[in-house]
Amino acid sequence: MSEHTHTDAAGVEHVESADAAAAVQEEHAGAIVARDEHGEIETHYANPGLAPHIYRRSDIDKTAAQRREREVATLFGLSTIGTLIFLVSYFVFKPADKQGNSNQLLSTVHYSTLGLGLGMGLALFCIGAGAIHWAKTLMPDDEIVQERHPMHSSAEERAGAVEALKEGAAGAGLGRRKLIRNSLLGAMAPLGLLALVPLRDLGPLPGASLAYTAWRKGVRLVSDPSRNPIKAEEVPIGGVVHVMPEGIDKMPNPLDEEAKAAAIVIRLAPDELHERPDRRGWDYNGIVCYSKICTHVGCPVGLYEQQTHHLLCPCHQSTFDVTHNCEVVFGPAGRPLPQLKISVDSEGYLVADQDFQEPVGPSYWFRGEN
Amino acid sequence: MRRLTVPWTGLTRRRRHRFAPLVVLAAALGVTGGLYTALAPSPHAEAASGVSTASIDQGRGLFLRNCSSCHGLNAEGSSDGPTLIGVGAAAVDFQVGTGRMPAANVGPQIVKKRPSFDAQQTAALAAYVASLAPGPAIPDKSQLDYTNSDIAKGGEIYRTNCAMCHNFAGSGGALTLGKFAPALRGTSPRHMYEAMITGPQSMPVFSDSTMPAKDKREIIAFLRNSAKEPGPGGLSLGKIGPVSEGGVGWLFGLGALIACAVWLGAKAR
Repeated sequence: MSEHTHTDAAGVEHVESADAAAAVQEEHAGAIVARDEHGEIETHYANPGLAPHIYRRSDIDKTAAQRREREVATLFGLSTIGTLIFLVSYFVFKPADKQGNSNQLLSTVHYSTLGLGLGMGLALFCIGAGAIHWAKTLMPDDEIVQERHPMHSSAEERAGAVEALKEGAAGAGLGRRKLIRNSLLGAMAPLGLLALVPLRDLGPLPGASLAYTAWRKGVRLVSDPSRNPIKAEEVPIGGVVHVMPEGIDKMPNPLDEEAKAAAIVIRLAPDELHERPDRRGWDYNGIVCYSKICTHVGCPVGLYEQQTHHLLCPCHQSTFDVTHNCEVVFGPAGRPLPQLKISVDSEGYLVADQDFQEPVGPSYWFRGEN
Repeated sequence: MRRLTVPWTGLTRRRRHRFAPLVVLAAALGVTGGLYTALAPSPHAEAASGVSTASIDQGRGLFLRNCSSCHGLNAEGSSDGPTLIGVGAAAVDFQVGTGRMPAANVGPQIVKKRPSFDAQQTAALAAYVASLAPGPAIPDKSQLDYTNSDIAKGGEIYRTNCAMCHNFAGSGGALTLGKFAPALRGTSPRHMYEAMITGPQSMPVFSDSTMPAKDKREIIAFLRNSAKEPGPGGLSLGKIGPVSEGGVGWLFGLGALIACAVWLGAKAR
């Protein structure tokens, strides 16, 4: 059907060829049948056939076809240029010198990434774009009807297959050779263990470790990350110090311990503090200390607004009111931040009086059982 | 050159030795210095004592004309502005030097703008406020010299103490109800230092006693170095992290993919 597409632009020929196409479609014309609920034929519709074929400019116009050809070639040419850009950037921009030292060459990393990415992107994209442009504008685009047939095999073939399986089973003698059957079952059944036993590596369960932190009575609060002890009188009103327990770096798993013990020290004017009656004396002259681990999903809560006394979590904007025992005033957190009871030692440095009295951080199974 | 003198003029001729004025001056300086050392809370407060009375008078004049409507005639504060007694020269130098004060309008946050006063006027205002009561002084050059500071250590301190508000690269970030932590790129080391010791607006105070001056210099060194760092991936997109990067990815990346899909599905003409 596509022979006539290469004729010169002559409208009449096209109308004729379109008619020819319609004639071919009518030969295939069947009928679409609708049935009612009893399966009786209800109405007959004539098959409308395919819509008339629309010819592309490149089908009609030789110069247009040549133009398309050049466009496709240009796209493929751009792809070659892209490959060259990639190769040149690879050899010109070295992200590291011969010793593998990349510190002073950070700016060339920029050009290296840019060159490699642009080059590779251009090379791959233009091959694809060229191929599609080629297929869409120059390759044949006649509508074709493909008939579909039922997928299942004939009844004889199916019966034959069942017969063959039965013969095979009889030949293997599974019913007779009990030893083979049982040993095979014995080999298959434990296979599940291969998948199940390694799940043990998900454990052991954390036990009570989530409920306790490195804070103990008399442990000094040291600034994070400089690890300087903090004199109570040197904390100004409105001042904030991010703290860790002294000596945490020498503990067996310091990072695990830091993740639980991180805390923030804030000094408020004493009249701004509204302490819970059961926590009277947990502060020291308006200096309070709260866990920095958000009770929502455990991000470090560190944004302290000095004027509103709000403590914000940067992840989901949970907001805690420092003047009211760090109760939640906004956001998804479910519980107030745990408070650390503090006082000073004989030299005037801030020390913890006890561990947190509840598990820090987000909820977990068994929370509250230890 | 002879001065008009007190009633005991007759005696002064013989009593006034050639070196008498020098001795008096030395004694006065000694007493002032001694008293200052005894009373000043911070070892870095000397800058304030070196300021002349003329400067304090000029500062007082500027204060009365420009600041007293909110902060009170004696800087005691009012319902419109806090007291400035004891805030120190550093707070004035920061607030006036960055153009935050005098405030243009009342909003969730008073923002940085072109300063209304030149350096000399700012210094006079700072001298006046510092003369009211001791407070944090303007850091001197040696306190701000971060050339030999440990940048990596500064980054560590910055990430623990500052990054949650000011962003990992100093690009700033949002707080509650329209307030925000400003970007730190382009802020001078002096203003950064002053902000840390005075805690302007929402920012808490990081005094030299809880965060030593050395740590502050390391933070400043880290921020200055970070501002110079090129974006290894090309456009840095404001260095505000996944929000701008994701936005570009969704808008341009996904947009380009959709455009390709539309082109693939369109019939050629």
